[in-house]
Formats: sequence, C-alpha cells, structure tokens
Amino acid sequence: MATWHDYLKEQGHVPDWPYPIRYDQEQEIDADVLVIGGGIAGCWAAISAARQGLNVVLVEKGDTIRSGAGGPGCDHWCNAPANPLSNVDPDEWAEHMADRPYCNGIGIQIQCRENYDTLLELEQMGGKVRDTDDEYLGAEGRDDKTKFMISPRYTKVHSYVPDMVKPVTLKSNPDKKLNNVVIRVWGSTFKPALKKECKRLGVKIFDRVMVTSLLTENGAQGGRIVGATGVNNRTGEFMIFKSKVTILATAGAGSIWLISTELGGYSNMMSRTITGDGTVMAWKAGAELTTMEAAGVLRIATGLKHKWYTGAGDASYENVPLVDANGKRLPLPIQGWVDAGAMVPTPEVEKKIREGIMKGEYALPFYGDFPAMPEVERNATWKLMLGEESTTKIITKTFNDAGYDPGRDLLQSYRFIEGVSLAQWGEAGYGGSLLVDWNLKTTLDGLYAAGTQMFAPEDHSYAAATGRYAGRKAAAYARQVGEAKISREQVIREKARVYAPVKRSSGMDWKELHAGIARAMQYYCSEFKTESLLNMGLSTLSKIEKESVPLLFALDPHKLMRSLEDLSLLTYAQIIIHASLARKASSIPLNFRRIDYPTLDPPEWRKYLTIKLKNDKVKTGELPLAFWGNMKKQYEACNKDYTGVYKGK
Amino acid sequence: MSQGKISAVPNVATPSAPVVFNPDICDGCNTCVEVCQIDVFMPNPEKGKPPIILHPDECWYGGCCVNDCPRPGAITFKWPLPLRGYWKNKATGEIHQI
Repeated sequence: MATWHDYLKEQGHVPDWPYPIRYDQEQEIDADVLVIGGGIAGCWAAISAARQGLNVVLVEKGDTIRSGAGGPGCDHWCNAPANPLSNVDPDEWAEHMADRPYCNGIGIQIQCRENYDTLLELEQMGGKVRDTDDEYLGAEGRDDKTKFMISPRYTKVHSYVPDMVKPVTLKSNPDKKLNNVVIRVWGSTFKPALKKECKRLGVKIFDRVMVTSLLTENGAQGGRIVGATGVNNRTGEFMIFKSKVTILATAGAGSIWLISTELGGYSNMMSRTITGDGTVMAWKAGAELTTMEAAGVLRIATGLKHKWYTGAGDASYENVPLVDANGKRLPLPIQGWVDAGAMVPTPEVEKKIREGIMKGEYALPFYGDFPAMPEVERNATWKLMLGEESTTKIITKTFNDAGYDPGRDLLQSYRFIEGVSLAQWGEAGYGGSLLVDWNLKTTLDGLYAAGTQMFAPEDHSYAAATGRYAGRKAAAYARQVGEAKISREQVIREKARVYAPVKRSSGMDWKELHAGIARAMQYYCSEFKTESLLNMGLSTLSKIEKESVPLLFALDPHKLMRSLEDLSLLTYAQIIIHASLARKASSIPLNFRRIDYPTLDPPEWRKYLTIKLKNDKVKTGELPLAFWGNMKKQYEACNKDYTGVYKGK
Repeated sequence: MSQGKISAVPNVATPSAPVVFNPDICDGCNTCVEVCQIDVFMPNPEKGKPPIILHPDECWYGGCCVNDCPRPGAITFKWPLPLRGYWKNKATGEIHQI
C-alpha cells in the first residue's frame, strides 16, 4: 500500500492532512540578507553572504537538499577558463562567449573569472570535482596530475545556435590547442554539500516556503525592497521576512505554454515548481525586466515528447555516435572528442538526414552506438556524464536495472519518430528576467539577482558563480543601510490575495487554470504573432484574471501553492505578451516571429527591450547590445577587493 | 475479483504511481518525502510504513527519491507507459524495453 486509493481502500477513509494547519497565523523573521530560492544560485548567495558574518535567511519552495534545476545533479562545469588546464585567457574567453546577441556579458564575465574559484570552494565543502578514485584512467581529457576530467565540450567548436558557429582563433590560443574550458564533475554530490555548508555557517533555512511577494518601502512600487512575504506549503502559515537586502535566486517559468500530466505525469525538462514566481514578484514591485519576448522551442520530456533524451535517447548531444536501424553511421555531429564540442547539427545536415529517411537511405529508429565507443569513454559518458547529470541519474539506473548494458546494447533515439514539437508549444524561462548591473543589483534598491533571475542566464556553474558574487555584493550593501521598515498595509493586502483560494472549496482547480493560461498562449503568442493576436491574448488573460481567478479553490496548503504558482504564470504570460507587442521586428536569436514585422533582425531593432511597471502602468525602454561596456575593465573596477578562493573557517 | 466494499471515488490520477515501495525494505524514514522537489509524497500516518503517494500526477521524474534512499530497493521507479525507453542488442538485433 502506498497509493492514495490503496490507503482509502484499506483504511476506509482518506488520510488526514499530515501537517498542522496554520492558515492566517504569522511568523516574522528578521534578516540582514534574505535569499529567495534555495537552488544553486541561492545556496551560493547565502553561503557567500554568511561568510561576511551577516545574518542570512534562505527561503526555498521545496527542500534545499535537492531543490532547483541543479538539485539532482550536474555533469558539466562550463565556462571555466581559469582552470589550470585551460589554454585560453579567461577575459578573452568571456568576451568570445558574450559575442552572441542577447546574452548577458556581465554574468558571463563573472562566470569566467570566478567559477573556477567557486569549484575549488565546492570541493572544500565536500563536492566531488576530480577523479580521485581513478575510475577513468586513460580517458581523453583526464589529467593525471590534477585528476580533473576535461570535457570535449567547447574544446574546438562551441555554439548552441545553428548558423552562429564562427571559426575563431583566440589570441591566447594561437596554436589552436584544445580550449579545455569545461570540466566534468560529480554534480549529484553538490546540493547536499551546499545545504550542509549553509547550516554550518548559521544560515537560517526555511524549506517548503513559497515566497509570494516582495515588500517595498512604504509599500510603494519602485521603492527599496525591505522584505518579502511567503506561505508555508505544508502548513499554510504566513511568513513575513524583513531584510536590509534581498537576493532573488528563483527559477524561470518552464511550462507556460503547456501542461500535460495525463500522458507522462508532469514529466518535463523543468519541474512544476518552475513557475516564474520571482520574476513576477519583482515585476509587481517595479523592477525592470528585459528580453521577456524571447521564447524557446519545447524540446523534450513533456509527456508528449520522450524523457530519455540526449545521451539517454538522442545521443547526438552526449558523445555517442548515432547510427540508423541497420547500423549505418549518421552524419550528425557528436559532442565528443571526435567533433570537439559541436552540439547542434547544421540545418543542411538535418535536411540531408530527413531526406535520407524518406528515400530509404537511413532506416528508423536511430540508436546511440555505445558499444562502438572505447570502454573508458563509454564509461565516462554513461556513468559520469549521464550518471551525474540532473535527472538522467535515475534514467541510467532504470536502464541498468532492466538489463541494459552499454557495452553490448544500442540505446534507442527518439529523433524523428516522435515528430517535431508544434510551434505552439513554446517554452519560457531561459531568456527574460531582471536587468542587473555590475554588482548584480537590479533596478530596485535593496534587490539583487543571481542565476536564472538575471536576464539571459546560462548553466549550473553560472548560477553558482553569480550567486556567490551576488551574496558578496549584497552583503556589502547591507552593511551600509539602516533597518528596513515594512508596510503593514502591504502585508494585509498580500495576505488577502494569498488566502483567497483556500476560502473556497469548489470553483476552478489549479490544473484547469494552468491549462487555460497555456491555451491562451498557444493561440495568441505562438509563431503567428501579430499585433491583433497578441492583443487578443491580453484580453483572454485579462478575462481569466477577472472571471476564473476569483473561482480558484485550494483544498490544502500544497494545492494553495500550486494555485499561487498559476497566478505567477498568469502574470508572467501577460509580461511576455507586453514585451512581444513592444518588439516590432522579428529575430532569429530571440526565436521571435512577428508576421506583421517579418524582417529578421533589422539593424534598428538590434537592442534589448526593457519593461517594467510604474504606477501599475507598463513602461518599455531600450538598451544597446553589450550595454555593459568593456567586460574586463568593468569587472576589475567593481572587484578590486576580490580575494579569490575562500580561506576562512 | 475484489470482494470488499466498493467505494465511489473519482478516477485516480494518471499516472497513479510513479514509484513503487517495497514495504519489506522501506522503514518509513521519509527521506524521499524530504528530498522530493515537489512534495509528491506524504508521510504515512502509521510510523515505520512507506509514505503515501499523494500527488503522483505532479511527479517530474527527477529521481531524487530513489537516488537518495538509504535502503536500496525500498523504492523503485515505475515509469509511465508512454515514457518507457527501448534498446537493442547490437549483436542479435533483439529489441528490449524498460
């Protein structure tokens, strides 16, 4: 017996709610530094601020032990040009990586300068970053002295974006040696080590608390951030956090275009907890956002697409050669040493394979040919990369338990046979977010951002390095400012909003509301964007707000959290449409198509659009590309006091 | 065929059980309840018993419950039917599925 209906059958009644219910009760917590979100960026921010001797509070919607996109694991420590095996200069590498439109040069510079120090600190805490057990002796990229495992990723070619692979010779690497900027790591050890370090440093952790709003000085939009409110998603208790400074380290909004629990559970690249709460609370407080019009293409693992992705299904991504059903090698690049970092096939290659399938030249399905790989490389891919990467650890375990042997068996790929995603199934959350300066301060006083809450975020080590940096900068700010005073009126208003769904026991449940929001986005904010469709989208979302939101009901604190997340998704969707209306041009790097403005990336539109609320009215603005200036100079000017790897206790 | 009392219940959530507990191995330590990112489980009201899967439809198959379980074999992943992967023996061509 373990399912709910088993319990009902055996006990004759449904289980009682397992936690005490504390609706409406308040708990007030004081902090110098409040960190919202206990994922990779949030943990690092909390650790970094606590090392400055400040009173740090960390609030996390799940449990800090495994929460966040990097919670289950991480297999690559990317953009680490300061590592001793690197053949490139960190500043030159950072500039090169930032030579992509609509990226975040500030974050990339911080990552390239500081993420190797961050990695060494992680090792001090107990994270495994070297092959200390000599498991992969003889693997390409393994350095016998340091026992670091260099990854083939970016060793020669590096681009996630088709058509944007530029052959480049770096001044610091004139002989074109392998760049050696990415390190393979044992990331499943990271999150428990980070939580342990937070606790050791006296960070007060509030797990299972969803932060619902930011509090501003005098309750005014655009004012200094002086704290936040939250609700415990097990007890329903209301939390009031007062802080001198706040760091936003929450996630994007993954499933705004799609919800499907029936086909494969909430199987998704990003879990249901990723609902854009942080971006939305900052927006309501008056913070300026950018790149919100950027959209991704829904790729894998949505119940509609297969979960066994990339190395565990579409091996073109993770070192493994792909073959057709007759064993014929496909011309897809692999990201291994053979192709030295190429990640995405060119459109020409994609077309050639598709035509080959139709003509019978390639037989479906395709397979990852693990047996063809040298043993040590196969193990490094199957056991280390897939074994340590976020959600693939359980995938490789399931295969192993079922009898799969990578030395003997081909792993099926779902490319082509599962079809392409409908263009209507977009994906948000990895483009737009808060505008930050070189201190990672947002446009609001008292509010800093890290990881995915910075616009155009990158990967795990980016979250770690920027979290660590934001913690340092926010701590310095906290030392300079006085006590914060919160507005009781603002708290009372937020309490009324938060508890509205638990005051009803019927009406509309959170899943229906989510599906309604997703449908509005599919119809009105898809590849067929026009002024009138986008405006219809705004009207539809506004109708949902007026007619459906007042019906939302939640039977317990967990469903209350899901309901509040829907309200975040609803506002997030509205921000996306406002930003989409503001960009009157199409763009390849933003994956943004306007039928009424079809010209792709015209020179006058190559700029960031910013968007914020002022007196509850939407205001847009703009910034030039690379508005952050000279990356090396700006970084150095802001970090004269940087002391490198932590040497304190 | 069940001879017990038949209750009137709505359809169970789909999928209804993303994991299966082995009550002989699980000692109800609730580690899985704590490490789950999205609170799929609740502790069993009876101490020492496996947790109850309260929100199976919210499972995103992150795997932390299995990965961090201190008693191997206590929890097994049960992938929903449409998400079960395939492989092929390279020498014999035999096809297998999870």
